[in-house]
Amino acid sequence: MDFISQPWAWYVAGPIIAFIMFLLYYFGERFGVSSNLETFCSIGGAGRFVDYFKIDWKQNSWNLIFVAGAIAGGFIASQWLSPSDVVTLNPQTVQDLADIGIQNAGSTYLPDEIFSIDTMLTLKGFFILLIAGIMVGFGARWAGGCTSGHAIVGLSNLELPSLISVIGFFIGGLVMTWLILPLLF
Amino acid sequence: MKYIKFFLVGILFGIVMSKAEIISWYRIYEMFKFQSFHMYGIIGSAVLIGMISMLLFRKKVVKTFEGQEIHVTPKKKGLYRNLLGGILFGLGWALAGACPGPMFVLIGKGVVSILVVIFGATLGAFLYGTYKDKLPH
Repeated sequence: MDFISQPWAWYVAGPIIAFIMFLLYYFGERFGVSSNLETFCSIGGAGRFVDYFKIDWKQNSWNLIFVAGAIAGGFIASQWLSPSDVVTLNPQTVQDLADIGIQNAGSTYLPDEIFSIDTMLTLKGFFILLIAGIMVGFGARWAGGCTSGHAIVGLSNLELPSLISVIGFFIGGLVMTWLILPLLF
Repeated sequence: MKYIKFFLVGILFGIVMSKAEIISWYRIYEMFKFQSFHMYGIIGSAVLIGMISMLLFRKKVVKTFEGQEIHVTPKKKGLYRNLLGGILFGLGWALAGACPGPMFVLIGKGVVSILVVIFGATLGAFLYGTYKDKLPH
């Protein structure tokens, strides 16, 4: 059981993700998580205000079920398959984070400076979480996909729009990581 | 009953996202700092194997379990849409340390604050749908 309780290496995770994509197509659907965000809008009644959301969301039920499974999988993994919450990081990464105000990097999966309940309940902390979410949701739907739909499916299918999107993901990610994060904490 | 298979595939997705630490904020940070191969290895190997899947679909070697041909819908073309949308997504990805899939997995891990991020992402999708006609695509 040791190989399950240890963190999984990239060469285990990558092929499993490819297998998940394969299964979803084999089952007659597709791999793309961010489209669920639009489904949420449709379920919430956004179609009354914006025609874009007037869709028969029930045809996307399978994807909502997939997301429900992902939540269950996260629960199973954290409850029973992960004896340790420590993320082993490059010492340079830990040092770089300490320098910008994020302490104890890697002692848990997520930094308290962004995700603790106390941080969430501050005005600044709440808006960091909210704005991060808005950028992900707006950007993913504008680009027509997120990491699953563009980086995994689109690149696998040799699609130019996906290559452009992934280049965009990296431009945005590099700007945030190198230029904006150091100013936030 | 026909939905159970999607639930099971979702569970596998949630477990691999957790166990490979893809849901960790730090793994996204280190990727954008070029300080670890981990995420590049994951995405790179998934894409390489994914290419073989796509080839099998295109050559009709693999069909759906119901015997239908598999067509992968092409992504929408447009430089502005893909580049500007991508940049905005990347900004959020590096700040939240999570893209849409891992966000949901983090609910299962019991991270309450990720609900704010998911609410924001849903609001972001709503804002896109509302203002899309004013945006370059």
